[in-house]
Amino acid sequence: MLERALIGTKRYYLLLAVLAGIFGVGFLFYLQQLKFGLGITGMGRDVSWGFYIAQFTYLVGVAASAVMVVLPYYLHNYKAFGRVTILGEFLAVAAVTMCVTFVLVDMGRPDRVFNVFKYPTPNSVMFWDIIVLNGYLLLNILIGWNVLECERHSAAPPKWIKFLSYVSIPWAVSIHTVTAFLYAGLPGRGYWLTAIMAPRFLSSAFAAGPSLLVLLCLLVRKYSKFDPGKEQIQSLAKVVTYATLINVFFFFCEVFTVFYSQIPDHMLHFQYLFAGLDGKARLVPFMWFSIVGMTITAILLTNPKLRQNENTLAALCGMVIITTWIDKGLGLMTGGFVPNPMEKVTEYAPTVPEAAITLGVWALGFLVLTLLYKVAVSIKEEISS
Amino acid sequence: MGMDRREFIRISGLAALLGLSGKGAFELVRPGQVEAAVAAKPGAEGVVRWAMVVNMQKMDEATAKKCIEACHRVHNVPDFTKPKDAKDAVPPEVLNRYEVKWLWTEHFHNAFPGEEPPVMPEKIARLPFLLLCNHCDNPPCVRVCPTKATFRREDGIVNMDMHRCIGCRFCMAGCPFGVRSFNWRDPRPYITQEYPGYPTREIGVVEKCTFCAERLAQNLMPACVEASRGTLIFGDLNDEKSKVRDTLKRYFTIRRKVHLGTNPQVYYIV
Repeated sequence: MLERALIGTKRYYLLLAVLAGIFGVGFLFYLQQLKFGLGITGMGRDVSWGFYIAQFTYLVGVAASAVMVVLPYYLHNYKAFGRVTILGEFLAVAAVTMCVTFVLVDMGRPDRVFNVFKYPTPNSVMFWDIIVLNGYLLLNILIGWNVLECERHSAAPPKWIKFLSYVSIPWAVSIHTVTAFLYAGLPGRGYWLTAIMAPRFLSSAFAAGPSLLVLLCLLVRKYSKFDPGKEQIQSLAKVVTYATLINVFFFFCEVFTVFYSQIPDHMLHFQYLFAGLDGKARLVPFMWFSIVGMTITAILLTNPKLRQNENTLAALCGMVIITTWIDKGLGLMTGGFVPNPMEKVTEYAPTVPEAAITLGVWALGFLVLTLLYKVAVSIKEEISS
Repeated sequence: MGMDRREFIRISGLAALLGLSGKGAFELVRPGQVEAAVAAKPGAEGVVRWAMVVNMQKMDEATAKKCIEACHRVHNVPDFTKPKDAKDAVPPEVLNRYEVKWLWTEHFHNAFPGEEPPVMPEKIARLPFLLLCNHCDNPPCVRVCPTKATFRREDGIVNMDMHRCIGCRFCMAGCPFGVRSFNWRDPRPYITQEYPGYPTREIGVVEKCTFCAERLAQNLMPACVEASRGTLIFGDLNDEKSKVRDTLKRYFTIRRKVHLGTNPQVYYIV
């Protein structure tokens, strides 16, 4: 099947070339980072995780969201999603690939990465995160590839694949729960010290991931002979709507607890993000755009007419992606570290090399996604003709 | 080790299943015991518990400076404001990002955020409080480290294996006291005079105060304590006759962020 990824139109090759080019630029910057050290980024002793870990966190969510097409199909026998499960699973593969790469580029000593396996440490959440992420990657490759192969030969998938599909459902929830636990169990970081962290991660994941999937479905329909289907897109849109509403609700739950309790350790981080602290307010406009934009988008999504019109739906999905990215990418990481344990404010902004490396990893992910989608769509086209 | 044959077979089977061998399997059975077993156990019999008292009644800027200098000198802590070669000069705006510090000073309201009374003696508000790793009894940094590169010894010292550290910086997020430093860039061009008694570091690893574990092993006091002329008191908390124990019995002390439950072992007499 892999040969399908090798033959395509000129436009397909051009897309691959562009993505490979961006990846190449990122890689060159990464070589520079290896030589100089992580000091090439905007991180420092106060904000010690930045753009890389933020993207990692966001993309774990995108990966987990594949469950939103897998679950209705396998558990509720919702046949319509049979057409798009493969798109969800391959999106998960690309997203986890990016996650793993982001963790790797964030490491001070990538040459020692195998120490994690050499000295397994179950009391570290990171140990579990590595297990669940790699397991999820393997599951989605196995399931996606085998189901597609069977579909191609119009045969029913083997029983063990069905079993793995069931396993992948709680596994998807686990990857984002464990990722939330990376942050939610740290005693000195008031912004992260919240029991609602994992639920919030899941709600924003199930908003952002299916939004991205809607956009990808629309693109696939536009540029191939395979139509993922109007019903499928509309069902995804409903998932996006509920998840976005729940995500906004969770945010306000958080705000209530933090501000009604008036505990400074917890309030200061919100104050920095939404009003600025010590005259430093770099993220304020982004955070307001994120929460106001997310709330308005959630309300607009409840209107069936706006959902049914695929143009407005695409725009709303785009807004969900951007606003959740600001919340979970920019805000979560910097907000957790500012102010620092001495209640001093050191702001963070990514540097040019850091941004280039980040883009490079995204390009790598989209390269994987393009290749996998090319295979999937070619097989789907072959079956329907 | 209190394990019957069945239990041994079960655990070794589990270990084989997970592809562990040697030390990895041992870690599953007795987590953290390997380091403790190989770690130096200074002092007499019984369990040693190292602790430090900072007597702020005797502290002043000059003493604090002496302590910091002594510590940073014998641990080859880089000073990014003083490159050996002018071409390695670091722009001032990034100095605080790169900074490596094992021992440093803060004012009361930064050392003890939220504990500052609305009205307090001017003198205390301006005192340089010496901050360092608290060598917590229940250290979050040890809990989160994915490779046990940071570990707690039986004598209470929270130490670092800089050769095992993968540079993930989870410990920096985990530490509620901000005492951990990362080597964002090569520190060696910023060590004016290399001290042969302690290794220099490479890029990409975390480091912090070790209560001078390497000096304790030679029956020497920590470098800062030696330089402090009695302002810092260090010793075995479990020894009834130790000076540190005696001081804690005679003076009321405070510790940083006790409500977080890490049980810090650096005490301050204010």
